[in-house]
Amino acid sequence: MTPAQSKHAHVATIAAGEPWRASDDAPPAVEMRGITKRFPGVIANNQVDFTVKRGEIHALLGENGAGKSTLMNVLAGLYKPSEGTIWIHGERVDFNSPRDAIAAGVGMVHQHFMLVPVQTVAENIFLGVRETPFVLDYKQMAADVRRIGTQYGMPVDPNAKIWQLSVGEQQRVEIIKILYHGAQVLILDEPTAVLTPQETLGLFATLRTMVAQGKTVIFISHKLDEVLSIADRITVLRAGGVAETVFARDVNKVQLASLMVGREVLFRLEKPERAPGEVRLALSAVEALDNKNLPALRKLTLKVHSCEIVGIAGVAGNGQRELAEVICGLRAISGGVIEVCGKTVTNAAPIVMINAGVAYVPEDRSTTGSAPNLSLAENTAIKSYRDEPVGKGMFVKRNTMRTIAGGLIDRFNISAPSTATPVRKLSGGNLQKVILAREISKRPRVLVAAYPTRGLDIGATEAVRKILLDERNDGAAILLISEDLDEIFAIADRIAVLYEGRVMGEFASADADRETIGLMMAGHAADTAHTSPARNPEAAS
Amino acid sequence: MTAQSALGPTPEKTVTRLRIEQRMEQPTWLRYASPIILVGAALLVGALLLRLAGANPWFVYRQMFSIAFGSAYGWSDTTIKAVPLIVIGLGVALALRMRLFNVGAEGQFFIGAFMATGVALYILPTNAPAWLMLLAMGLGGFIGGAFWGFIPGILKARLNVNEIITTLMLTYVAVLWNNYWVYGPWSERGFGMTSTFPDNAWMPRFTDYAEQIPALRGMTAHFGIFVAIVLAIVMWILLRSSKWGFEISVIGDNNRAARYAGINLSRNIILVMMISGGFAGLAGMIEVAGVVHRLQERFSPGYGFTAIIIAWLAKLNPLAIIPVAYLFGGLLVGGDAIQPAGVAAMLQGVILFVVVGGEMLLTYRVRLEKVAVAA
Repeated sequence: MTPAQSKHAHVATIAAGEPWRASDDAPPAVEMRGITKRFPGVIANNQVDFTVKRGEIHALLGENGAGKSTLMNVLAGLYKPSEGTIWIHGERVDFNSPRDAIAAGVGMVHQHFMLVPVQTVAENIFLGVRETPFVLDYKQMAADVRRIGTQYGMPVDPNAKIWQLSVGEQQRVEIIKILYHGAQVLILDEPTAVLTPQETLGLFATLRTMVAQGKTVIFISHKLDEVLSIADRITVLRAGGVAETVFARDVNKVQLASLMVGREVLFRLEKPERAPGEVRLALSAVEALDNKNLPALRKLTLKVHSCEIVGIAGVAGNGQRELAEVICGLRAISGGVIEVCGKTVTNAAPIVMINAGVAYVPEDRSTTGSAPNLSLAENTAIKSYRDEPVGKGMFVKRNTMRTIAGGLIDRFNISAPSTATPVRKLSGGNLQKVILAREISKRPRVLVAAYPTRGLDIGATEAVRKILLDERNDGAAILLISEDLDEIFAIADRIAVLYEGRVMGEFASADADRETIGLMMAGHAADTAHTSPARNPEAAS
Repeated sequence: MTAQSALGPTPEKTVTRLRIEQRMEQPTWLRYASPIILVGAALLVGALLLRLAGANPWFVYRQMFSIAFGSAYGWSDTTIKAVPLIVIGLGVALALRMRLFNVGAEGQFFIGAFMATGVALYILPTNAPAWLMLLAMGLGGFIGGAFWGFIPGILKARLNVNEIITTLMLTYVAVLWNNYWVYGPWSERGFGMTSTFPDNAWMPRFTDYAEQIPALRGMTAHFGIFVAIVLAIVMWILLRSSKWGFEISVIGDNNRAARYAGINLSRNIILVMMISGGFAGLAGMIEVAGVVHRLQERFSPGYGFTAIIIAWLAKLNPLAIIPVAYLFGGLLVGGDAIQPAGVAAMLQGVILFVVVGGEMLLTYRVRLEKVAVAA
């Protein structure tokens, strides 16, 4: 019996039966044993045993680099394991490609969606179906898509084009696509990273419906709260191996965190009161285009004071990147005025902004924030090489550069073999610390930090947030762009919600509430007293 | 574990498979060894072709080597070929460090030679002191080449026009421009050449000092080699320790990061293309002042193109360019002695092909691997 045949047998029983209950005597949906995956020079997974029961939501939790994605890529047929065996529903399998995995009923929704923007939802879902008739029956396709959508509480319009959909809707299309292809086991790789809080709740409801109907869900995440609220069981990966598998109801956040990190973790950050000082950064009615020449910022007005962190909340793609880039001189603005410390610097070159005291921790660490093949020392100097003590006359003093970099390694707790290590060899967290170290060592007056903790593990996240708070306490004006509301609530003094290039509303973080912010992130103008309509007349429309 | 006992693991066997995978990292030894491996491989392929043509490859290679490097005269002749290759190679390598492909060094070389000739024959009087003459010719050559590099540079910086196309196309313009002058206004009795330079426009040669040091008699190599070596050292120092060299390394590695760090990309693109062209132009001046002593049609055996291979093989290291250029110079000198002459050109082609192709292959490695397969 081939895996595919066995899959169909299961489908039959499920479709006919009552809501599925996880049971211990049926073969597990997924059993991976002794999985080792080596890459040249790295062991990403080391002797991992991983079992998922039928009909459960199983979270795979771990820090970045713990091997979560590698393990799931093995399960989804993208990688072949160096060692180890896999059974799906009790059937021994040997995947050579994602197609084999799909045939065995395993499908994965990746972090980056794989959809064709100009095609419709139904066409995208039908892509990759193996045996297609010569003439496609679009009506039938649309009906199938609609049926699956309704069945699991994910309504989508089958005839809409992908580019017209929100990110949350695109994710639904991805999920429907793998269900349509017959997936019994769904792997979701950090699915909530792109969602608003409301969309996340919607996704969770969908996942519960799916397991109630006999599907099995594997949920990759590094967010503790989320994992505790959705998962039945949790497998924690650490450094390529399994730390432990636990029932979600038996553990709390602190225990999970220490399993993940391997030590105790503190969640409280000291945030002393600071009265905001003078205005350091002021944007008034700023307009800018994105890379496709579409409006990205629409009459955006914002002020950041000394000793203040302003958090920009919003779903990615609502102008965050453009906002950061116009402040740093990397993107021209088509309207409005930008002032730094009272001086107008509208459309000034990056070097002018740097000299005005603007530091920038960019969203793309390796494509913008660093030169990957240059050494750690060189990367800490790519802005400071012009001035003493690194620069002298027409020369660069490499010894001084190395000494300073060594000092930063100590001060910011960067773990790197040496200052000569090319930064592409550093982990995401350490690279981020290098970038932060460089930006902060110039004592910036204004710091723009875009997603500074994205993809970082708990330890590194803690360190980065602490660094930002220290800078704020020392008087810097910080603009924090983040997709993580917890982060914004934890360290920001004020919160501005960004939607389609506008500030939908501003709150002092002490009296902000999550629900209002969530609604605003989705574009609903709040009619609560929290918003000050005078600040943003257009937002009311 | 217990749950799957009914359908438990099927017996399995292992087979050994050959696996080719990309190296994540080039080991340090390979970085230094690869040019040697590649040239060795190229000579092997060349040997095969020579064998097919009915020759004895070992004999041919030995012959070529002894002509190019077997005697002081051989070294002198090889030096003559190596000088333009070094100087042009330095310019090409500089541009390549910023990932700018200046494949038009040949044209810049011609324009440099043209400018130097103009200075020698038509601008400065024939009784000008030699140092002034040579300096002015060098300056003229550099400016000519720099101008030829400036055009693609500004097009790249302002309009993002692909410099590979523009530099290559400008080469044809330069060669034909040169032809126009040597057949037209500057022609010596209608032949494709100008009249010979006055003595003060000749680059000093080793043989000119034969009266003091008799051993130098007949050595026609010129002092351009000193210029080449000094330029290589200066370039090495600048790239390694100057602010400008630092900017170039940042731009070359990640130009977005460079822009983010406040480095002026456009200015550096234009500047580097001008210096790159200027070096090729200076090489053109050295060639006419040191070897040809006049401007003529087709006075380059493709130095501008060979220099690209040299820069590449030398891993863009200015000092490494010197020995690599000598190797290729030797190939040109040794190749002159084999008949038919096409064989040498073919060998060069083979080397280029193997080097460029092999560079890619060396990023892979072959492993034997035991794989478990279900029975």
